[in-house]
Amino acid sequence: MPSLKESEPPEMTLTKKLSYEFSDTWAVAKRNLLRYTRLPQLVFFSAIQPIIFLTLFNFVFGGALGKSGAALHGKYINYLLPGIMVQVTLFGGLQTGIGLARDINSGILDRFRSLPMSRAAVLAGRTFADTLRNVVVIAIMLAYGSILGFRFTNGFFPAVGMVLILLLFGYAFSWFSAFIGMAVKDEETAQLAGFVLVFPLVFASAAFVPVQSMATWLQHFANNQPITFAANGARELALGIPSHGAVWKLLAWVVGLLVVFVPLSIWRYKKSV
Amino acid sequence: MSLAFEVKNLAKHYGNVKALDGVTLEAKEGSIFGLLGPNGAGKTTLVRALSTLLEPDKGSAKVLGIDVIKNPQRVREVIGLAGQFAAVDEYLTGEENLYMVGRLYHLSAKETKQRTKELLERLNLADAAKRQVRTYSGGMRRRLDLGACLVGRPKILFLDEPTTGLDPRTRLDLWEIIRDLVSQGTSILLTTQYLEEADVLADKIAVIDRGKVIAEGTSAKLKAMLGGDVIEIQLESERDRQKAEQAIKGIAKKASSYDEATKTLTIPVGSDGSKSLAEVVRSLDRAKVPIHALALHQPSLDDVFLTLTGAKASEVATDAKPKRKRAA
Repeated sequence: MPSLKESEPPEMTLTKKLSYEFSDTWAVAKRNLLRYTRLPQLVFFSAIQPIIFLTLFNFVFGGALGKSGAALHGKYINYLLPGIMVQVTLFGGLQTGIGLARDINSGILDRFRSLPMSRAAVLAGRTFADTLRNVVVIAIMLAYGSILGFRFTNGFFPAVGMVLILLLFGYAFSWFSAFIGMAVKDEETAQLAGFVLVFPLVFASAAFVPVQSMATWLQHFANNQPITFAANGARELALGIPSHGAVWKLLAWVVGLLVVFVPLSIWRYKKSV
Repeated sequence: MSLAFEVKNLAKHYGNVKALDGVTLEAKEGSIFGLLGPNGAGKTTLVRALSTLLEPDKGSAKVLGIDVIKNPQRVREVIGLAGQFAAVDEYLTGEENLYMVGRLYHLSAKETKQRTKELLERLNLADAAKRQVRTYSGGMRRRLDLGACLVGRPKILFLDEPTTGLDPRTRLDLWEIIRDLVSQGTSILLTTQYLEEADVLADKIAVIDRGKVIAEGTSAKLKAMLGGDVIEIQLESERDRQKAEQAIKGIAKKASSYDEATKTLTIPVGSDGSKSLAEVVRSLDRAKVPIHALALHQPSLDDVFLTLTGAKASEVATDAKPKRKRAA
């Protein structure tokens, strides 16, 4: 952020500035993490939501899809879990925008904007806290998934890699969601906007069912959108199913989202919201 | 003379609404400047411009000599802002809220702890320090919010309607804190809808309406413009009217008037209302005029507006800039 420089006192060294970037971000992240611990009902429902999804999809679709065999590479739970984790990390990312819209309306964002703190910290702290929340949610899903029969079959490090690419995708999506939240400035609208966007994208992807089963025109879309890359990339790392470079395509999306929405969101934050 | 803030020709439009329409003001350091006006007059917009929250369309603004538009980050180091709604996190404790803000002012961890403790005690919140803010009363929230804007030891405070919606006792408490701050050298810009509040607290007052400053001066000067205080005597009986008028003749600054329907005699008494009230009581007693009711009225914001704009404050307020929804 070049614009930060001109507004800082000249005597401030780069090290000091960087240390403020980190301490400000941490102060904001801490606030958001504390909130999560104070809202046990929120934690409860964010844990229960993926469990319900996983149970429903596994037993509702599993029967029908399990029979189509080859495309699913064995048990449906192995196919399903990586896909559902993509969906759930995206929902986690949506919280960023919803929370920011809430902060605008409660006036607390005005307070932050009137403080001599880093202009990026409110967003960086929030997206970081929401990513940590995703870590917890992923852990719950892996634990519950293993009860339903999910197994990593591709070794330890690729498994860790799967968790990392999901977190990265969720993180990049958080920044996108931050921009939406500040643009609509209303909690409920932010929530609705997020779901309207995420649901069709998730269903028209390889998250729950193989793309080959879709109508031809939809296949073109489904084969080339980030959620398919995320789901197939996660499967490649977890199960060793070749994905035609989905992992790299996903990482390209992550970089693209960050390059566009980090500056855009910070610009939006600095401007009067 | 060093200035706490100065704005020149400041303008900000929202569509067709001129929230600020060429405002020029300045305030001395170490004083309380009262910005008086109805809802939608532009008070909040001016505060937001001075506290770097919005960029004006035209004009310039400086806080302690620092340009708000060119050097916002420097301005943020010397200001504290308390908006119309307590901007504190409901799910954090009072202590955690202040600690977070202290760290964001870049105080050391140790100093922040110290400052947090000190402020919680000073604002009478020490007992509630470890409670989540959602359990606080409205007055406690406002005090905590004031605490949050004091953590960084700001040189100038912007208080946007700090007492709106508070009960009278809490309001007095807050006035006390504000006075105390100024005695320690802090400059304050205070917006209010209540003339009484500006009167009690502010060294200098500007009256603002539809984005324009329509009067400026000390509270005594503004009241003088209005003709000052008024004493109303409701008589027991119509028959005493002449006797009463005779008795108060020396006290009235201008001609008194009489309303037959309510049997009320209205006497303009200038700026020294309470002293005149005592005199009125004595003279009426001496003249043996029985009275039904007696009241001293000080000019209200409504009166200011009636005089300055020819419209009532409540009517002026209707074309206010649309307020953002707040989930306070």
